Amino acid sequence: MALIIDALLSGILTGGIYALMASGLTLIFGVLEIVNVAQGILVILGAYLSYALNQHLHIDIFLGLLITMPVMFALGLGIEWAFIRRLKQDQSRIMLSVLVMFAIALIIEGVLNLIFTPDLVTLHAKYIDASWPIGSFYLPRVYVFSFILSIVLLTGLYFLVYRTQFGYSLRASMQNRTAAELIGIDVRRVSAITFAIGVALAAAGGMAYGATNLFNAASSYDLISRLLVIIVLGGMGSLRGALFASLGMLIISDLTTSLWGSQWASTVFFVLLVGLLVFRPQGLFGQLGGRKQ
Amino acid sequence: MKRFRAFGLLALLVLVIVFPVLIPDPGFDSIAIYTLLYAAAVTGWNLFSGYSGYISLGYSSFTGIGAYTLALICTHWQIPGGYIPFLLLPVAGLVAGIFAIPMGWVALRTRRVTFVVVTIAMMFVLQALAFNLSGFTSGSSGIIFPITLWSGDFYNIPYYYVSLVLLLLAIAISWWIRNSKYGLGLLAIRDDEDRALGLGVRTWAFKLSAYVISAFLGGMVGAMFAYYGGSIFPASAFDPVVNLSVALMGFLGGVGTLVGPIVGAFLLEPFQQYLTIQYGSVGLNLIILGSLLLLIILVLPGGIVPALHSLWLKRMASRGAISQVSHAMEQEEGMLLESAEGKRGNR
Repeated sequence: MALIIDALLSGILTGGIYALMASGLTLIFGVLEIVNVAQGILVILGAYLSYALNQHLHIDIFLGLLITMPVMFALGLGIEWAFIRRLKQDQSRIMLSVLVMFAIALIIEGVLNLIFTPDLVTLHAKYIDASWPIGSFYLPRVYVFSFILSIVLLTGLYFLVYRTQFGYSLRASMQNRTAAELIGIDVRRVSAITFAIGVALAAAGGMAYGATNLFNAASSYDLISRLLVIIVLGGMGSLRGALFASLGMLIISDLTTSLWGSQWASTVFFVLLVGLLVFRPQGLFGQLGGRKQ
Repeated sequence: MKRFRAFGLLALLVLVIVFPVLIPDPGFDSIAIYTLLYAAAVTGWNLFSGYSGYISLGYSSFTGIGAYTLALICTHWQIPGGYIPFLLLPVAGLVAGIFAIPMGWVALRTRRVTFVVVTIAMMFVLQALAFNLSGFTSGSSGIIFPITLWSGDFYNIPYYYVSLVLLLLAIAISWWIRNSKYGLGLLAIRDDEDRALGLGVRTWAFKLSAYVISAFLGGMVGAMFAYYGGSIFPASAFDPVVNLSVALMGFLGGVGTLVGPIVGAFLLEPFQQYLTIQYGSVGLNLIILGSLLLLIILVLPGGIVPALHSLWLKRMASRGAISQVSHAMEQEEGMLLESAEGKRGNR
């Protein structure tokens, strides 16, 4: 029983971090109709930025987000302007976007390997080394802080999407691009900002990921496959879906780890995913895509 | 023009056949073998993903199953190295094809991006199974293939020609599908699946059978990859990089065309190998490769072969304006080209 509660707790805590990374990915898909396979490496880039600030300028990793998130936001604007804007709105868009983003991911990976070498590193801060005892369990502080960070940012994102003028435009563009243009929404601007927000969220997610894991540029492959699975499970383009799917995935993985063995954690999850998609191809909260193939 | 094309193809075939005799350097030959194998793999990928529009990013599921099949057969029945494993390649293909039936049954219920992710997820499931069923697959310690006692100069030659045979087989199957009613049905699925179903295409049977044929070729190619490499591990058999490379080569050459996959593989694989050898130690290879891919995708979004094809049509059209006779010829040529380059399904 204690094992199960422990697994539930750590599943929820890490699930929050994944929700942060996945919400950026699902937003980008929803508005721009592209699969940002570079999200994995962007998360790692965010982690490395925090690492560099921490190592060279001794800036605290949580405070450093005030620098890294705007920087990554600007990078997102740049990538959108330089490459994504040039993709046509037709049938081949999704696959071409995969290729473009993969090429960008390769370049970033190469640059990161050059600058930081492929050695595994992790993010440090004094106040997160300890754990809090709760009953018979120990909650590592780093997970708790990262979880709080995720909650704060996700709440902010929720307000942005559901309570602001920009959020209305964003959701309109998501529902129907042409109709949104017709009622006077500048869909290109909305797209650019959405992409940049997704990339900025990757910076925050990367900081949390880097504080809880050892990482190098190659960690991005594992990350992106998990993130893709999460947003498909939740339903492509659904923020709520991304949140619930992240929690579900991490809880199931942690439960499997403590009950059966860590080597089965991802297998069980992937099998459940495939099983679910057979009955609900659109994911948990997704909408069926009409006749589009 | 027709004769010119036939001569060109024949010359290319002869060049490919005599290549290892002309250039007996083992380094070059090994790159050539990988190139041929990748070309066969991309052709196999394309005859399902390219024709039907269901883009799979999990092709290494099948190459991995094929590789493990051959490795397990060789160790369990103590088959010596040499020529016999080559004869077992169809068995590896068959096993991959059989695995593809339930996998396709599940995966093909989804479409578009969901299908892409399901294929990735299935590959990771297989990889995890290869790790975890260690009694059967010997887990992370991998399986070593029986040693082949061929002398240094001769060593690559049999692998080269078997790879070439695999490629020719893949092209033949792809060509047959492309020029049959069956292939037309697949293209109809790519263009509008629901309408194709309404018009009487048995979409489910078409998709599943193409998936299985594609897996069969993948299994054989994967077994060959592994046998040439000499050993097999879960991470190298079910490799996400192979998934991506196959799709990239397909897109580079032109998805859904007959020759596109071959062009893509022949350009990208040697280039990738060259970059790794030349700049791999400095770490520049990824940056150069990525930038180049970006450039190609943005300049030629449809792939190389369709771009060349439309260029050719334009040239013929401007020439056709001069004389009526050549106009008739060019029309015939255009139709021929279209049927070869995958445009016919769009009409």
